Amino acid sequence: MTSPTETPGTAPARPGAPAPTAGPTLEVTGLTTTFDRGGRQVLAVRGVDVSVGPGESLVLLGESGSGKSVTIRSILRLYGSSARHTGSVVLGEEDLMQLDPAAVRAVRGRTIAMVPQDPNGSLDPLRPVGRQLEQVLRLHGVVDDRRAARARALELLALVGIPSPARVAGSHPHELSGGMRQRVAIAIAVACDPVVLLADEPTTALDVTVQSQILDLFGDLQERLGTALLLVTHDVSVAADVADRVAVMYAGSIVEEGPAQQVLENPRHPYTQALLDAIPRPTSERGHLKAIPGSPPVAGTGFHGCSFADRCALAEESCRTQPPALLPVADGHRAACPVANPVVAA
Amino acid sequence: MSPAGAPGPAGEKLLDVVDLAKTFPNGTRAADDVSFTVARGETLGVVGESGCGKSTTAKMVLRLLQPDRGAVTFAGTDVLRAHGRDLKEVRRRLQLVPQNPQTSFNPRLTVRSSLEFNLRAHGVARRTWRSTVDDMLVRCGLRAEQGDSYPHELSGGQLQRAAIARALVTGPDLVVCDEAVSALDKSVQAQVLNLLAELQADLGVSYLFISHDLSVVEHISDRVLVMYLGRVVEQATAGSLYRDPAHPYTRALLSSAPGAPGERIVLTGEPPDPADPPSGCTFRTRCPWVMDKCAADRPLLEVTPAGSLAACHLNLTSPPALAAPSPA
Repeated sequence: MTSPTETPGTAPARPGAPAPTAGPTLEVTGLTTTFDRGGRQVLAVRGVDVSVGPGESLVLLGESGSGKSVTIRSILRLYGSSARHTGSVVLGEEDLMQLDPAAVRAVRGRTIAMVPQDPNGSLDPLRPVGRQLEQVLRLHGVVDDRRAARARALELLALVGIPSPARVAGSHPHELSGGMRQRVAIAIAVACDPVVLLADEPTTALDVTVQSQILDLFGDLQERLGTALLLVTHDVSVAADVADRVAVMYAGSIVEEGPAQQVLENPRHPYTQALLDAIPRPTSERGHLKAIPGSPPVAGTGFHGCSFADRCALAEESCRTQPPALLPVADGHRAACPVANPVVAA
Repeated sequence: MSPAGAPGPAGEKLLDVVDLAKTFPNGTRAADDVSFTVARGETLGVVGESGCGKSTTAKMVLRLLQPDRGAVTFAGTDVLRAHGRDLKEVRRRLQLVPQNPQTSFNPRLTVRSSLEFNLRAHGVARRTWRSTVDDMLVRCGLRAEQGDSYPHELSGGQLQRAAIARALVTGPDLVVCDEAVSALDKSVQAQVLNLLAELQADLGVSYLFISHDLSVVEHISDRVLVMYLGRVVEQATAGSLYRDPAHPYTRALLSSAPGAPGERIVLTGEPPDPADPPSGCTFRTRCPWVMDKCAADRPLLEVTPAGSLAACHLNLTSPPALAAPSPA
């Protein structure tokens, strides 16, 4: 048996994906999120621009406190009145930031949905999971009556790879394994056939053999439904596995963004490079991992210049005073480091 | 019950664990005839998914949990039967770095007080406390004055350094690291892994390093145990395990790590209920290479052609390099 090798130029088009002429499904521009912590203003997201097209996977990669989870929760406006936002989140024709709360609720779960990290916290422990799925369908008026909801719920459970949907639909969350619960959470997220799926560390709580099943499921659903995926993770290998494009976040900002392979194999920002170097590989000598000195800044810390300057091997005096802009460094690839990417007169 | 010719540790045997077994009152078989040794100055890695019994095994080695049967010998002392002064000496020389330093430090004591507590418990003379603690904090990459901080004033990485200092302050021979770097960000994890390697080179301490993270275990370990559903399914040197895994579970585990090279072996389903494990080989319900024999006979650890130990019937019938058989 010979394993098929990837030949350039023969990559099949995603069957479910609409024509490439369509613009981005979700376009986030200049998003900021500020929390009020007892009178202290904490700027957790400082001007994020991302866009994701139909059938495309964008991964937000970052360490704890980088603002990656806050970014996707802000897109869904989950913080309500406890946060202040600027910028726009354009989904289709609408700017979610301009909608009133009732209108946001109608969109949430319907055209844009989220898969949480820990399904234990999002599933109701007291009701069978099938009922919870039916509720979403009926709430958004996707089905007419209870019977149709029941049938659609079973279809969705089968869609996410659950072997005996009828039995699982009647089970309570505690009767299911972690992987099964995450499949149910994904079924709920895709119930109304959203155009954008947000996922916050959806496999972090799972074992590695189950994690690979769930990541495969995302790819499979995207192919079948043409859904845009915005996935948040701290795990470089998860990003490498699912991303078409990767956006690296540090201290509330995107420091690098581009095609996954380019960003992960030829990073143009010192932080991305350092993060990749810090991962143990078969070739790295014990005791000589290239660690990044110091630790990531606490969320909301203020900076005058580049947020990574204190830990950066390339930092110059100007880095501590001039905030770097996210500028193109290659085709579709942007990085916020003028030192690593000096401007060449074109 | 280790078969002859097993890849044993190179140096003096420090810890010898024989046939440890533990079944919890709810029927969960957390450890089933687990045997291994750790040599002086060696790192033995233990990998496996949640519920495979790796932490239960660690707790029994530390005598935080009484096994149903089996033996643990540490530096010539029978750990499970030691009492009084002998047990105390075992505890001094056998320390733990837990996963989450936020919950393992008393939030109302300074880091220094927590470290001193460990010295006091082992009867170290009070006049030496300050210098011993300062010295160990500095060795672990903290400043001596950071000892006067409370746990919440330190970052996760700093606090894990303090937890390592707390374990090493009594001069142990073996430190059990139970997911000791799992809660840390990658950029900080590398610092702590480097620190552990440096301390081992300087102090000659051995590690029993438990983690679910394959790349971390490969990096830090000399030898690795792979556990599945309470049993050791493979034991090998770190290099040969990752280059040439013998057991089907190890192969699947390595291939399903995202970004792993080669063809992925996708396991169906999830680990079975440990309270009701399958007969014969516990992995047979998910194994792509399952045979009739697997349900009937429990495979024992045998020396593989590559020189590792693996508990699989295939090893006896197949050549060393298992070409992936068609799952049909």
